[in-house]
Amino acid sequence: MRAFTYERAKDPVAAARAVAANPGARFLAGGTNLVDLMKIQVETPTHLVDVQDLGFDKIEATPEGGLRIGALVSNTALAADERIRRDYGLVTRATVAGASGQLRNKATTAGNLLQRTRCPYFYDTNLPCNKRRPGSGCSAIGGYSRQLAVVGTSDACIATHPSDMAIAMRALDAVVETVNAEGQTRAIPIADFHRLPGDTPHIETALATGELITAVTLPKPIGGTHVYEKVRDRSSYAFAVVSVAAVIQPDGSGRVAVGGVAPKPWRMAEAEAALPQGAKAVTTRLFAEARPTEHNRFKLALVERTLAGVLHETRTA
Amino acid sequence: MTPNPETPSPWAMSRRGVMASSAATAAVASTPIAAAAPRTDAAKGSVPTASTKLTVNGKQHSLTLDTRTTLLDTLREHLHLTGTKKGCDHGQCGACTVIVNGERINSCLSLAVQHDGDEVTTIEGLGMPDHLHPMQAAFVKHDGFQCGYCTPGQICSAVSVLEEIKRGIPSHVQGDVAAQPAISDAEIRERMSGNICRCGAYANILEAINEVAGRSGDKA
Repeated sequence: MRAFTYERAKDPVAAARAVAANPGARFLAGGTNLVDLMKIQVETPTHLVDVQDLGFDKIEATPEGGLRIGALVSNTALAADERIRRDYGLVTRATVAGASGQLRNKATTAGNLLQRTRCPYFYDTNLPCNKRRPGSGCSAIGGYSRQLAVVGTSDACIATHPSDMAIAMRALDAVVETVNAEGQTRAIPIADFHRLPGDTPHIETALATGELITAVTLPKPIGGTHVYEKVRDRSSYAFAVVSVAAVIQPDGSGRVAVGGVAPKPWRMAEAEAALPQGAKAVTTRLFAEARPTEHNRFKLALVERTLAGVLHETRTA
Repeated sequence: MTPNPETPSPWAMSRRGVMASSAATAAVASTPIAAAAPRTDAAKGSVPTASTKLTVNGKQHSLTLDTRTTLLDTLREHLHLTGTKKGCDHGQCGACTVIVNGERINSCLSLAVQHDGDEVTTIEGLGMPDHLHPMQAAFVKHDGFQCGYCTPGQICSAVSVLEEIKRGIPSHVQGDVAAQPAISDAEIRERMSGNICRCGAYANILEAINEVAGRSGDKA
């Protein structure tokens, strides 16, 4: 691990200012991803601004009838909240499908959205990676790509976003709230929060330098049956090969977001509109522009069959 | 025996002594140059440090540490509480699991400076050979290990798992996540999945946890 200086921020704007003013600075929340990447020098911050004392650890009702989840609410506390379990079951289901009990106790809501990819070439500092070292090339393209993305990719990067929670947040139209070094706040719809790689896979979100996530808000509950189906290589404590987050209404309409297939949670309005016609109609639209590799082409069929199972489950529930 | 970091147990001292002396012997026998090489870290004098106060197993410690020091390395190398083990050092194996402010975490993925003011319980704090925690006793009774390396992490996790079920924390294997979880073999296995045992003692670990939970396990 490279040496770094450390401070605990006392207020959000001061934290944003400390990171904005120092190109080597990074925010530190739970640390479960950042500290890990620092050990292998994929991340090499020279200064850490610890935000744990900022008080963003509550879940509060919004005037619109939704919930405002503080950025620092742990994955465990999020999944266990009575209101989340009752009205946003998809969030609890996705969150407890991810990581381990120990990690969920420390990992935060904002940190979960900001997780870096688990692409093995991103982790191997001996190999080129456009996300880790812009312009160096992509080792995954032409490499072993079974776990990697099939859609939303570019010639520069085929990494997936690893989060389960983010897939549920995307299906429920969550909004990411931030503050910057000037004290200005903004609300970013989660659909616009994660970026596709294009020519700049190292830029993963809409956040500006020093912009700090303060909360993630959920709109008022939409009812329906909530299902998060995660397919993985072992039955617990593994990243998704593919995952399907669905909220299905009694009339057969609903929402679908897919994980493990793209650089961001993958959801399309025109695909959802085809839900009454069944899984194939949905996935044909979701993957109309897919560019799978020989190793991960199976994910297209796997998502269709997983969604078919989910739809069957909700019809017979 | 009460753990006292300032005076490590005779066992720890003797093991460290053996390792140090054998290393010195090897250095003299093969490459005297290596043995004479200075430690450059301290000479530079520019490594950022930070002060951290920790309460570990009820005892307060004030430490000034290189900011890079993980909670795991603080426990093992600075407080000489070597019960907590370093397995993968990347949060994948669970050998480093300790209980911080009542919740289990991977101590390898936390910097000590993040825990200023926190209360840490390690395997030594749960119990020692002359007064075992019920979970430690159950692991011994049910042979919940072979090599024992993952065991301190397994036991810290197991104690927390029963507490988490009691607190109603939901899990992936629940049919209805809005309901309170009920203890079962499937619940225990799912909640213990962050602790890997390469000897494969899982069946006996499950029996040990079931015994402490006051149940006999599900019928196969």
